[in-house]
Amino acid sequence: MIDTLTIRELHVSVEDKPILRGVNLDMKRGETHALMGPNGSGKSTLGLAIMGHPNYEVTSGTIELNGEDLVEMSPDERARAGVFLAFQRPIAIPGVKLADFLRHATTNVRRPDRKEGEELIPMREFRKELKGKMQQLQMDVEFARRYVNDGFSGGEMKRAEILQLAMLQPKFAILDETDSGLDADAVRLASESIAEIGREKMGLLIITHHDKLLVHNPPEFTHVMLGGRLVETGGIELANELHSEGYERIRKAYPDADAENQAMLGKIEAQPVG
Amino acid sequence: MATDITQAAPSHIGEINKYDFRTVTEGVFKAEKGISAKIVAQISEMKGEPGWMRDFRLKSFEIFESKPMPKWGGALDLNFQDIYYYLKPADHQGKTWDDVPAEIKETFEKLGIPEAERKFLAGVKAQFESEVVYGSLQEDLGKQGVLFTDTDTAVKEHPDLLREYFGKIIPPHDNKFAALNSAVWSGGSFIYVPKGVKIEFPLQAYFRINAENMGQFERTLIIVDEGASVHYVEGCTAPMYTTESLHSAVVEVVCKKGSRCRYTTIQNWANNIYNLVTKRAMAYQDATMEWVDGNLGSRLTMKYPSVYMMEPGARGEILSIAFSGAGQHQDAGAKLVHCAPNTTGQIISKSISKNGGRSSYRGLVRVEKGATNTKCNVVCDALILDPQSRSDTYPYIEVAEQDVSIGHEASVSRIGEEQMFYLTSRGLTEAEASTMIVNGFIEPLVKELPMEYAVEMNRLIQLQMEGSVG
Repeated sequence: MIDTLTIRELHVSVEDKPILRGVNLDMKRGETHALMGPNGSGKSTLGLAIMGHPNYEVTSGTIELNGEDLVEMSPDERARAGVFLAFQRPIAIPGVKLADFLRHATTNVRRPDRKEGEELIPMREFRKELKGKMQQLQMDVEFARRYVNDGFSGGEMKRAEILQLAMLQPKFAILDETDSGLDADAVRLASESIAEIGREKMGLLIITHHDKLLVHNPPEFTHVMLGGRLVETGGIELANELHSEGYERIRKAYPDADAENQAMLGKIEAQPVG
Repeated sequence: MATDITQAAPSHIGEINKYDFRTVTEGVFKAEKGISAKIVAQISEMKGEPGWMRDFRLKSFEIFESKPMPKWGGALDLNFQDIYYYLKPADHQGKTWDDVPAEIKETFEKLGIPEAERKFLAGVKAQFESEVVYGSLQEDLGKQGVLFTDTDTAVKEHPDLLREYFGKIIPPHDNKFAALNSAVWSGGSFIYVPKGVKIEFPLQAYFRINAENMGQFERTLIIVDEGASVHYVEGCTAPMYTTESLHSAVVEVVCKKGSRCRYTTIQNWANNIYNLVTKRAMAYQDATMEWVDGNLGSRLTMKYPSVYMMEPGARGEILSIAFSGAGQHQDAGAKLVHCAPNTTGQIISKSISKNGGRSSYRGLVRVEKGATNTKCNVVCDALILDPQSRSDTYPYIEVAEQDVSIGHEASVSRIGEEQMFYLTSRGLTEAEASTMIVNGFIEPLVKELPMEYAVEMNRLIQLQMEGSVG
């Protein structure tokens, strides 16, 4: 059976302000989906809601993984069920080494029934695997000794996110602007890494403004978000069109959604939402 | 002698403590409860001390009586007449492991001391109740002229050396509890490192309080001669009791020209213990003194390790961590006094408060007249785990010179929602995530600890954190 992620009429509010207004999405493991849309349309909100951020309240609708409701699960339960979010802005955890954090996370995700305090993956085994993955991603092994995202450059943070993706091997991964803030070489490296690690193995939901990431990871489906709704879905040609033409056509075709988007953008600029 | 391992955790304390066991001990001699000149003299007599020490004790007792209780710090609800001031558990000190009485050995085995010795220790000195009962020191240290003994033995065997410094760094009139310790002290370590001798491995001592209502008043004196270096480590664990208990130690350190001393303490006291300790070092020309101090448990801890930088080029560093849980108040900090030019100091203080615990940082940086071109940096970070808990900062800075550089940074943070979400989104439970954040918070101190203490510290934090959800 192929794993599925099914979102139906999803409404999400942040501090009682509605952001998502009825999102529907069907993904199968092995598919690559691009999620595009102007600023403030709710793309990151969808990612955070799928992962279960406590500030993103699902007011109605469902998110199901293989028919199982994720909405009632805590973020760690969702991770153990096989969902991953590569953060647009990863969070620093000073004093915690990336390797120690990843060993703990990897153990929990691979052994979803593990109780707190039970043994972690043996150190040797874990180190060997981590080293292999880091070499695959052309990362310096010393990097694993640094504190999680603490003092990382933008590029280092994104690569650390990809390393976590490689280690945790989720069924579905949401990549929230994993290419932003990177120079051309770094984007190419990130794109190739994602293709190697995730493409056809995971269900990928790639949130991006650019097409570079999509060159290496051509999406079977492109979704356009505007005003908290997925207003259009197409193939790779839609991604190409948005990249070269921008969102003018979309804004004109969906004036109501565009008005919502403008309103949300005003609020978001006043008070940034992740 | 029968041994009774009592799982005596009072339910109202509600904290898990793996050291919560007691071994039934038959003290050979127990002074009566309470304190008086008669008891002070009796202690001195029991120990067979010379007249000067007896007089020092009696004089200190007068000072103790004349001083009022401190009005600052934490709430001191102490009845000095309800405490035993001296208990001698065995007739003489064991020279080898085989000589140590079986019952006391068992307590040490629970603490893992023999094992630790095999692995790491150069010399183990362990204090059981009021007196050191087991001590061994590697031969090569002895050959280099290093003295490592309990302070009672030093009074008898090295009286001239001891007397030159004893009570000179921290005189009895310094504060009420230093006076009390000076009157009734027992045990503690005496270390002398001769000129140029660098001890590569840490010297360690373990001790614990193990008699209900019994105070522990150890007295430690470390003399590091010119160009020498030493790292001394003490770890304390204590079983839990339901009645008040007092620990009041005095630690004096002298760092002579070009020497280096690091003094590391990890204390995990039972929740009913008052832990009131005076620690001070004098650092002379180009000498470095470092205090690394971890305080867990206790009802109230008041402890401010200090370094007096007496001559040019001296350096003082103080790293401290306090963890306050339910019903606990850690009033901990540091004191740096720049008495000479070109001296440098650093204070890094980290505190964690949880389940209504209270942590205070109380620190003093003083630059005396003439101490030009001095540098001092103070960083204190507090982490508060829940809304019931509390953290305060009392930084005092007194500067009598112009040409100085003093930095002070303080931060108070709560475990961030975004940090929790990030970690839990990778499969860590909330409890695992908050433990990880706390361990990361104290990592700068833990990485300074010898390996087995670092492991122990992380495990103690784990125990403190268990059951806490961010």
